[in-house]
Amino acid sequence: MGKYIYMDNSATTPVKQEVLDEMLPYFNIKYGNPSSIYSLGSQSKNAVEISREKIAKVLNAKTKEIFFTAGGSESDNWALKGVAFANKDKGNHIITSKIEHHGILHTCEYLKKQGFDITYLDVDEYGLIDLDQLKEAITDKTILISIMFANNEIGTIQPIEEVSRIAKEKGVYFHTDAVQAVGHIEIDVNELNIDLLSMSAHKFYGPKGIGALYIRQGVKIDPLISGGAQEGNRRAGTENLPSIVGMAKAIELAYENLNENNARLIKLRDKLIDKILKNIDYVRLNGHPINRLPGNVNVCFEFIEGESLLLSLDMEGIAASSGSACTSGSLEPSHVLLAIGLPHEIAHGSLRLSLGDFNTEEEVDFVVEKLIEIVARLRAMSPLYEKIKEGK
Amino acid sequence: MYSEKVMDHFKNPRNVGEIEDADGIGEVGNPRCGDIMKMYLKIEDGIIIDVKFKTFGCGSAIASSSMATEIIKGKSIDEAMKVTNKAVAEALDGLPPVKMHCSVLAEQAIKSALLDYSRKNNIQIEGLEDFNPNEDVHEHQ
Repeated sequence: MGKYIYMDNSATTPVKQEVLDEMLPYFNIKYGNPSSIYSLGSQSKNAVEISREKIAKVLNAKTKEIFFTAGGSESDNWALKGVAFANKDKGNHIITSKIEHHGILHTCEYLKKQGFDITYLDVDEYGLIDLDQLKEAITDKTILISIMFANNEIGTIQPIEEVSRIAKEKGVYFHTDAVQAVGHIEIDVNELNIDLLSMSAHKFYGPKGIGALYIRQGVKIDPLISGGAQEGNRRAGTENLPSIVGMAKAIELAYENLNENNARLIKLRDKLIDKILKNIDYVRLNGHPINRLPGNVNVCFEFIEGESLLLSLDMEGIAASSGSACTSGSLEPSHVLLAIGLPHEIAHGSLRLSLGDFNTEEEVDFVVEKLIEIVARLRAMSPLYEKIKEGK
Repeated sequence: MYSEKVMDHFKNPRNVGEIEDADGIGEVGNPRCGDIMKMYLKIEDGIIIDVKFKTFGCGSAIASSSMATEIIKGKSIDEAMKVTNKAVAEALDGLPPVKMHCSVLAEQAIKSALLDYSRKNNIQIEGLEDFNPNEDVHEHQ
């Protein structure tokens, strides 16, 4: 085992060198508080505003519509709680889907306790929501629709344009958790009619602990964090200056060569999928075959369990993730895999390999080679596989 | 997350396989919960002379099965009956709290195989009177 093969880029990505270089001076040289009036402070203020502008430009948003947060979870919490509480005189109904990130689902559970009604839309076998079900779910009490842009586990990309059109027709705010999409898919918030959008820098080679919420001008939303006057009085707290600068650099880099990068990633992804499906039996691909994130591979191997798969891969120097119960710390396998209709025992055998800018064809070949061995070894130990072999 | 012992038994599990003419076979767990253990015993004169297992489950489920087979091999039925889940977990230098049910499953697998042996041979094994091999081990967490 020579080097480490990192195929968990949907969990997080390494900070790119160019991003780190940009960030470093803001720790100890340009360290002024952006709220201070002396030049060291105003220099920092400038850096924050230039960063905001860069991010806005990529999304075709206005600069003042970008608000920095501590990451995807805070952005999701803010969008949902902020819109819910600010618009409760209009209604108390929120529509979301069953396959959202816990940042959305657990916030919805909290809002339910506060008296809001939540509708969770079903998804089909590929993880796509049903637009007719969405239309039927809207009532005169509906104040917000929150549907994720692309799923973090199975990679399925939702028909965002259609969802937002329905929301607009009904005069309902539309939020999208785009944590897995920003930096990987072209997003124009105006073309797509998005009112609120969550993003997180560490998913696109930026630092952890920094994200943003896009809030369309005019959207009624309460602050989540009260305190100082930062972020136009809407999100208090001294700005995370180095990370803000890093996020802006990372998003710029991501969109500089997006098409070229994605063409390479999709080729790698499809090679990985094809080789796994061809060389291993009793395996299925999860998520949409075409409308999926460029780097996402998610498969289920029957008769084996995901955690033992991950431990075995780690022993070969390969980092991946799984939706099995044993990796979630709960007894239930991933809610996403159950929502697309997988039985529990098959969902336990899921494996997500998420490719990124640093993965190579050689790595794909090596991972498949090791997977063949590992799956065979674990199946040889499995009483479930024994039954299949004996035709029971 | 796991002790070196757990990883050792996961990497190199002892006594994996089946026994063709086993005297007692026990299967516990549920594929829905992501773990099934199947244990095969060969018993002569009240001594477990051979034991094999097959497990569908996470790393600690495989390690717990492996350790359980190692503990009971060569032991008498009475001694095997005294093996608790705690003994299996301790022999593995501990398991994370959320994984303790794996060691319970291992204890259940031993008892379930012994129950099968006692039924086939029409004998009573002390301590198995109230044993329920289908009990939900996840409540032991």
